[in-house]
Amino acid sequence: MSSVGNGDGCCAGGSDGGQRHVLAVDDSSVDRAVIAGILRSSKLRVTAVDSGKRALELLGLEKKDVSMIITDYWMPEMTGFELLKRVKESSELKEIPVVIMSSENVPNRITRCLEEGAEEFLLKPIRPSDVSRVCSRVLK
Amino acid sequence: MSLMALREQLNGLVNSMFLEGLLDDQFEQLQMLQDESSPGFIAELITLFCGDSERILAELTKLLDQAVVDYQKVDAFVHQLKGSSSSVGAQHVKLACVQFRQFCEEHNKEGLKGIYFFRCLRALNVVKHEYYLLRGKFDTMLQLEQRIQAYESKQQI
Repeated sequence: MSSVGNGDGCCAGGSDGGQRHVLAVDDSSVDRAVIAGILRSSKLRVTAVDSGKRALELLGLEKKDVSMIITDYWMPEMTGFELLKRVKESSELKEIPVVIMSSENVPNRITRCLEEGAEEFLLKPIRPSDVSRVCSRVLK
Repeated sequence: MSLMALREQLNGLVNSMFLEGLLDDQFEQLQMLQDESSPGFIAELITLFCGDSERILAELTKLLDQAVVDYQKVDAFVHQLKGSSSSVGAQHVKLACVQFRQFCEEHNKEGLKGIYFFRCLRALNVVKHEYYLLRGKFDTMLQLEQRIQAYESKQQI
């Protein structure tokens, strides 16, 4: 069942030569493992958290380090949309690209997220091809 | 059993799961991510999925056992299970959840509450059946994988 991984590393290495760091946010432990696995196969460093609150805590500590945020839309307490807004409203964080994931294809939800500054809106289930497409565009 | 025979058995099992529709393309994509740098990826995913699913199935059983069923909570849990099964490629489980949610949405129809309750109960049993079928095969898959990995690390010594 094991095979050679197909991570092409195209997203790896920022200008400082280190690994790019992506923050993944999802309240589902299964989805967190899937998105983290997909991102790691592209040779990205990943921190996966289970809530918007934890994401903001981490961003408060490591903002310079995070190259992209990828977050689920529907989460208890703070939605991905609310997290997106907080990031875009912060002078320190607003440059960090944010990608939203959702299992539901709701057109005006997608529009609202994009208008609020999301880079992209991905429909679940998240596939490796979706992520490499987004990463190669967003993590230049 | 020889290493080759073990590998054949594992491949045969996984292929039959794809053919039967227990697993779909999403699982295949995730399998391709497992390599030398993440040899335990699939095992970890399967373990997480099974733990999460069993937690949800226990909650659903409790909810449908109440005198007054809270269908919103039922729907929320089924939605969660549908999401995670879709994310790992557990196709039959996902489809059973889709069916279950349709029954949840219908429960409010006047005069027929009893019927819809029994449909929901049956739908839950279908989800359980599909899940435990899958879990049995996942257990075999992981056992074979462990034996193969043990063999391979012995060979390297």
